[in-house]
Amino acid sequence: MSSLKKCFNIRSRDFIHAGEASITVQQLLKQMRIDSALIRRIAVCGYEGEMNVVMHGGDGRFCIEINTERIVLDISDEGAGIPDIARAMEKGYSTASDAHREMGFGAGMGLPNMEKNADEMFIESVPGCGTKVRMIFFNRST
Amino acid sequence: MQASDLATQFNLTVVAGREGLDRIVAGGHCGDLLSEVMANAPIGCVWLTIQGHQNIIAVAILREMAAVVLTGGNVPDDATRAKADQEKIPIMLSGQRTYDLAGQLYAAGVV
Repeated sequence: MSSLKKCFNIRSRDFIHAGEASITVQQLLKQMRIDSALIRRIAVCGYEGEMNVVMHGGDGRFCIEINTERIVLDISDEGAGIPDIARAMEKGYSTASDAHREMGFGAGMGLPNMEKNADEMFIESVPGCGTKVRMIFFNRST
Repeated sequence: MQASDLATQFNLTVVAGREGLDRIVAGGHCGDLLSEVMANAPIGCVWLTIQGHQNIIAVAILREMAAVVLTGGNVPDDATRAKADQEKIPIMLSGQRTYDLAGQLYAAGVV
């Protein structure tokens, strides 16, 4: 399998299109006959990452690179950034607004879900500049 | 059991996504926190929730759900219906509380 890369733009506060990048990637991975359990893990990470950008980030970017050995998902935004990453990784911790909580978001499960489902995850964030999250999935089925 | 059977057996009103009524129901899940549903809903399940905004359709697609049932008299907004039609994800309505409907589904073998 040669390397394939796809990127999508994510718009801040755009709940109408939120999730579409993850859905498109899910369909692509199915067409590529990637292991279904791996696809589901990537779907969880992609969706949570997208929603974080929509709710907390400025505009962002969602890129996936697929090759024989591994799949790399990079989600970045130009938002407010995360002042305390360790705190943000705690289950239940959230800075979501009341309006977002009423919609069923802001349970403080997003980043923990991403960490649980990715084989490796790295976060870089600069308050006032934005956040970059890289998630790596090893393609063990090949 | 198909999604259409759910509507018939449990007196649910189908309001969107009718083209997906042949989806096979594989288990059930109750939840209103979208991250929890993304993490734990079984693939192919029927999802009972009070959330009616259109992001429930993204979750339903990603978890390959058979149907979404809005309980407690809640209704989807117009954008949610349109998205459900487009993606062929059935949305059904129930006046019952989530707990009560879930109990009926479980007793009927939707596990």
